[in-house]
Amino acid sequence: MSMTHVDLLIIGAGPAGMSCAIQAREAGLDVLLLDENQQPGGQIYRSVAQSPLADPDLLGKDYTAGAALVKRFLASGATYWPGTLAWQITRDRQVSFTRNGANGSGGSGQIQARALVIANGAQERPVPFPGWTLPGVMGIGAAQTLLKSAALLPSQRVVLAGSGPLLYLFAWQLIRSGSSVAAILDTTPRANRFPALRYLFSALRAPGYLLKGMGLLKTIRGSATPHIQHVESLSAQGQGAVGSVRYTVKGRETQIDSDLLLVHQGVIPNVQLTRSLGCEHRWDEMQLCWRPELDEWGQTSLTGIYVAGDGGGIDGAKVAELSGAVAALQIGQQLGFFTESVRDTEARPLKRQLNAHRAIRPFLDTLYRPADIFRRPSDPTIVCRCEEVSAGDIRAMSRLGCSGPNQAKSFSRCGMGPCQGRMCGITVGEILAEARHAPMQKVGYYRIRPPIKPVQLIDLANAYVPDADAAPMAAFVPK
Amino acid sequence: MKNDYDYVVVGGGLVGMAIAYGLAKRGVSTLVLDGEDSSVRAARGNFGLVWVSSKGSRQIDYARWSLESSQLWPGFCQELEDASGMKLGYEKPGGIMIAMNEESLASSAAALEKLHAQDSRLSYEVLDHRQLKQRIPAVGPDVTGAVYSPHDGHVSPLYTLRGLFAAFEHAGGVYRSDARVDLIVPRDGGFRLTAGRQTFDAGKVVLCAGLGNRVLAPMVGLRAPVVPLRGQILVTERVKRFLDYPTLSVRQTAEGSLLLGDSAEDVDMDDGVTPGIIAHIAQKAIAPFPLLKNVRVVRAWGSLRIMTPDSMPVYEESLAHPGAFVALCHSGVTLAAAHCEKLVPWLMGAPRPSLLEYFYAKRFAV
Amino acid sequence: MPNVSLFSALAAAPAAQVSILINDRSFSVPNYMTVAAALLSVGVTQLRETPVSNAPRAPFCMMGACFECLVEIDSVPNQQACMTLVQPGMTIRSMIGARSLK
Repeated sequence: MSMTHVDLLIIGAGPAGMSCAIQAREAGLDVLLLDENQQPGGQIYRSVAQSPLADPDLLGKDYTAGAALVKRFLASGATYWPGTLAWQITRDRQVSFTRNGANGSGGSGQIQARALVIANGAQERPVPFPGWTLPGVMGIGAAQTLLKSAALLPSQRVVLAGSGPLLYLFAWQLIRSGSSVAAILDTTPRANRFPALRYLFSALRAPGYLLKGMGLLKTIRGSATPHIQHVESLSAQGQGAVGSVRYTVKGRETQIDSDLLLVHQGVIPNVQLTRSLGCEHRWDEMQLCWRPELDEWGQTSLTGIYVAGDGGGIDGAKVAELSGAVAALQIGQQLGFFTESVRDTEARPLKRQLNAHRAIRPFLDTLYRPADIFRRPSDPTIVCRCEEVSAGDIRAMSRLGCSGPNQAKSFSRCGMGPCQGRMCGITVGEILAEARHAPMQKVGYYRIRPPIKPVQLIDLANAYVPDADAAPMAAFVPK
Repeated sequence: MKNDYDYVVVGGGLVGMAIAYGLAKRGVSTLVLDGEDSSVRAARGNFGLVWVSSKGSRQIDYARWSLESSQLWPGFCQELEDASGMKLGYEKPGGIMIAMNEESLASSAAALEKLHAQDSRLSYEVLDHRQLKQRIPAVGPDVTGAVYSPHDGHVSPLYTLRGLFAAFEHAGGVYRSDARVDLIVPRDGGFRLTAGRQTFDAGKVVLCAGLGNRVLAPMVGLRAPVVPLRGQILVTERVKRFLDYPTLSVRQTAEGSLLLGDSAEDVDMDDGVTPGIIAHIAQKAIAPFPLLKNVRVVRAWGSLRIMTPDSMPVYEESLAHPGAFVALCHSGVTLAAAHCEKLVPWLMGAPRPSLLEYFYAKRFAV
Repeated sequence: MPNVSLFSALAAAPAAQVSILINDRSFSVPNYMTVAAALLSVGVTQLRETPVSNAPRAPFCMMGACFECLVEIDSVPNQQACMTLVQPGMTIRSMIGARSLK
């Protein structure tokens, strides 16, 4: 296979990636977009263009509006490779990929890009608590995915637990679909309300978010669903699958039956690709997550490599769309397709809108800041799901001398499973930061290496496009 | 000058911790000063072989030193397991060097024969395809054969280091991380070490900082003739046990995952991974074991070997500043037992083991 | 083996059905489902046993981040069920512990 060359390579077909492709194509760039899923839309607009639901409007206008964006993307002239995983990127923007064709067809290879936009979005924040690994405990985002792309609705005793806008959005979607929710356990700490008020005024600049939120809450309060506030702790019990949930309010514990426990504590950027590149990252103490350092156009600390959308910091779907377009404008100028003046004229209104939409974040981030018990769980709680390493094990590693996640990983195996630290990386860091009285910026994160998802050996062998001038490799035999 | 510690060991990797544990368990007050969590560390990039065969072709004493260590390893392992309460995954089934053609089988056999001629303990056996397949049923049809050596084994290098941390602590040793030593000043009766804003006074100092020794050794009148040599490794998902012997480029760990490797590049301090070498290692693993084609690689890493010009160790005490020592090698796992049991007495004042006569830095004098 | 499903089907647009095997039992599911969605819809609550301790696990994130939904599909082990669409005649098996070398 030969090396594919392209002006702009985009990884991710969510709102950021699609919008970036559309803008870049308008400027005349040659664009290739790779996405792991079989349809465009990312997480938020999953299956929007080919909804399996008889009535997609159940999910709300913010969702169905995504269909127009998908349509524009598919008509943009960008080359689109669904079912494709980009698993290694070099600093020179060579991308190794594997395509999953149906029935074993597909293949691996490499792409050389003049510019690269990483638009791989966010994931739900992992919420460790006793029993969270039991079958029947899932993320609210997971249940939403099942609703959007498989037309499935929770049908047994479902409990929603957690904090944040998605909790209320999904509860609203369930109620509208006629599903009954056994309880909403709202873990938003009482102590968050006062600090959040400080940001309420600027939040009013953000178009419509607060009104929308209030509308959701009104529907929920008007329903028969018990909405229990200021839940302090959570645990799931069951033999082989969840059967009940225990929670505490003001120190008093209550147990309720549950077959399906859906949890949520916000979302965090997916930093696997940017970490594997060695981009600079900073710990965002307000969003409680790692985010790559980006300039005003979304460029990382590496030339020609950009991030657009929630992969750069949580700002939501509208900002994702705007940031994708902004990155494309800068790339177009850098690659010589138009002048700085043209770029600035196009970008100015987009940047204005970006700032307006971003204004809601400090309020949301402060109000829905996860409680400490979910950031630094109790000793018996499993933190690394893949290798079954507990919070207590991590604290023991700290006492043994581990000052950061990499030494803890090499001693305890946390972070060595197939998820490559996606489920445990932040929690391990938070536990060590607390144990060692050190700031998160210093404690750091796992050293992430390619492949950024597990890839078959044969695909690793086949992906590489040799440089014809390269010298043959010598074997090393220890003498 | 009153010293804080009798010995300070600079570097908390496999060499440093084996020596530090050896000192602490002999009742010596010992401090280990180590770098940061994200520091470049050869200890985290070790393949895990406890390997004797094919070593020593330039100097037979290296083979003998490795053999001695391999004989001490079972007892050493037991101590670490007792101290840490965990299994290190150590096994000594003998090692296999797979040959994909007649030429390489013949040349491996010839190399081992030369060593055996110098020391009859260095035994080996040549296996043809059929004999190899009896020991390793998973070998593919293209494999010509292998050379087998009974002295070779493997272990989890990470758990070895964890075991050393536990054993060192139990023996009363003190470990400090985020304490990268930047200056060592010899003084009357000892040495003063500076790590950022902290200072420590030690009676004696042992430099085990790998590539970092290049900067530290001259401060105490020693030389550390080492360069980084990158090796890249692939680690797979867990697989039910199918490989009972370690080989030089494929081994199966106690947890079931496979380590795949064998590459060497001179790329200075870059410990990244590259598409070309990853593809090369993948092909090299599939060739003898075609069944590995759809096994998934969960991570890859690059590590910088501590490489002397002839790849053999350097153990030296400073003439200008007696009490300062340097210990350099790239086989930190294999030699851990010997470092703990045979090198440490010399560091404490016993005569230098005669086996180590060759391993001075002066052999590289230009 | 499958119990009562935790999920029920909402009113759906017309879609073709696909026949798949789950641990040797035959099921008919809509073609728009991922393997994970199909498993949940027919009442599979536990997908696998972990290689570390044989603990029971099931899908958690449904977006390819958690790696809990690993199944064997058409003899290839450890595939993410949530990232794979059902295909006619697909054979799906639970992962019980580590994979073997076939």
